[in-house]
Amino acid sequence: MGNVAVFVQHNEGILTKTALVSIAVALQLKEAWKKAGVVAVCLGSGAEKACNEALQYGLDDGLYCNEPLLEKYLATTYAAALKGACDAGDCDTVTGVATTTVKDFFPRLAVMMDAAQASDIVAVNGDGSLTRPMYAGDILADVILTTDKRIISARGTAFAPAVKSSSDKKANPFSLKMEGVQPGEVVSYEMSQGGRPELADAEVVVSGGRALQSSENFEKYIFPLADALGAAVGASRAAVDSGYAPNDWQVGQTGKVVAPRLYIAVGISGAIQHLAGMKDSKTIVAINKDGDAPIFEVADYGLVADLFDAVPKFTESIKKAKGS
Amino acid sequence: MKILVPVKRVPDYQAKVKLKADGSDIEREGIKWIVNPFDEIAVEEALRLKEAGKATEVIVAGIGPEDAQTQLRYAMAMGADSAILVKYDGIIDSDLASRVLAEIYKRSEYGLIIMGKQAIDSDANQTAQLLAARLNLPQATFASKVIIEDSAAIVTREVDGGLETIKIALPAVISTDLRLNEPRYAPLPGIMKAKKKPLEEIEIASLEVDLAPKVKILKMAAPSKRQAGRKVESVDELVKVLQNDEKIF
Ligand SMILES: Cc1cc2nc3c(=O)[nH]c(=O)nc-3n(C[C@H](O)[C@H](O)[C@H](O)COP(=O)(O)OP(=O)(O)OC[C@H]3O[C@@H](n4cnc5c(N)ncnc54)[C@H](O)[C@@H]3O)c2cc1C
Repeated sequence: MGNVAVFVQHNEGILTKTALVSIAVALQLKEAWKKAGVVAVCLGSGAEKACNEALQYGLDDGLYCNEPLLEKYLATTYAAALKGACDAGDCDTVTGVATTTVKDFFPRLAVMMDAAQASDIVAVNGDGSLTRPMYAGDILADVILTTDKRIISARGTAFAPAVKSSSDKKANPFSLKMEGVQPGEVVSYEMSQGGRPELADAEVVVSGGRALQSSENFEKYIFPLADALGAAVGASRAAVDSGYAPNDWQVGQTGKVVAPRLYIAVGISGAIQHLAGMKDSKTIVAINKDGDAPIFEVADYGLVADLFDAVPKFTESIKKAKGS
Repeated sequence: MKILVPVKRVPDYQAKVKLKADGSDIEREGIKWIVNPFDEIAVEEALRLKEAGKATEVIVAGIGPEDAQTQLRYAMAMGADSAILVKYDGIIDSDLASRVLAEIYKRSEYGLIIMGKQAIDSDANQTAQLLAARLNLPQATFASKVIIEDSAAIVTREVDGGLETIKIALPAVISTDLRLNEPRYAPLPGIMKAKKKPLEEIEIASLEVDLAPKVKILKMAAPSKRQAGRKVESVDELVKVLQNDEKIF
């Protein structure tokens, strides 16, 4: 009976909301599969601090590695590092939240551990099976992994974050062993414009679609509405493909999955691939000039209107309402 | 350099899939199959590399029943030179796909594998990475730009925070994202030509890979449907409900 390793993601030592969700999933897996314990694994610069913080959430052990090779993320080095942690911590189960990092390197780890992987799970069931969406969320499948060692990536929006307890446990370092493959190198990194909340964690998301027609119109219509609400900005694939919005704003089956308290879809038709990324939002508002657009089938409140007319009014009214 | 492009057939994304009554699988009768859209992007990228003189040959490979030929022929109509179909009627998970593709890779000398980041049926996003690890090759997933220089690939990747550019040595595995290119339509003469291009069939048994699915599906169900709400008449009404009923502000 081995342990569960949880890959805890952090920003220079600060745990993200995603990190707390991954811990919650690890604790559920421990319970459902009667594992011995949960080991937090943190990599890269700030790993020690992050790992000690993670131990405050009811975990049994913490392992960290901040060797220079891990300063910049690469699939090969991270897979080798997490494999090393699993060996050191006697872990036969690995979990983490399905960010692009986890999507990128968990399968590599699966091969190194001779494990199978269930991607993007949305539930750990009482009978030990896992539920995961398929076909753009049109189907939920209950699956089991038939291998002894198992890797699970979880959908960040599907689990509540872990709750802090307290602990005087301290994390331990482990060393990185690279075998065989050349790691490659990071040439450059181009962050999208910051300043607004993270799309995946935001309480409110305002998304724009093809109807916006230009990136200037995103700035003129979508940004002020988002800022009035303190919201993150999202987009449909059509808007991203057309260059109106950066790639990491794409919400949907093949982009980001969000489930905020309020999702506002502006000039988005509501294709199933888009719905796959936002239909678990608590409240959905749609603004579309076509009263028959499929987005209205999932919207709690639908406004049939021309966005260029309605959105500025909407923004002004929200500002007024907030001021009063 | 030869490029290997794995191609999976998936149900058309414009049609809604139906469940079998016992929830064991989707209804596979009468489905319209298409090339997985991300794989189509992979084929296009390989063809562009060939057209730019960076590659000599583009070989597509699929796993599936006899009629999965159709999608391989389509890729050849786009311009791929030849195809390999590994015949198998059973369930193919990412693990099995990567094992089979690894055997195909080893049968020849390839300089690059380009494939889709995810198949839009199983939505697992694993096969490219599994294959890279099995072959002990570097990987660059979610590519939105690929430059081949000497014996390296410089790949811009779509990641959560924006774009990241990495450089990896060839041979390597690259997985495609949506912005990499816009695939061409197969031209009519291409469709005629594709019928005569070589398509090799291989029995899966001859590859001696473990066929047992590692991710076993117990049952499938439709998610609970979200209730449609109501239309509001005006911006003012919308602001009122968000303020008074939903307590957003
Ligand atoms: C492999 C694959 C993966 C995909 N992944 C995703 C994904 O992850 N996310 C995603 O979003 N899509 C995805 N798609 C694309 C998806 O199928 C749709 O094409 C896309 O979501 C459409 O974007 P849209 O709603 O902005 O554009 P459209 O469908 O063109 O809709 C525009 C809407 O704007 C309305 N409109 C026009 N003018 C105005 C106006 N002045 N005022 C108000 N309303 C107006 C129209 O009535 C229409 O409903 C994927 C597709 C494929 C094949």
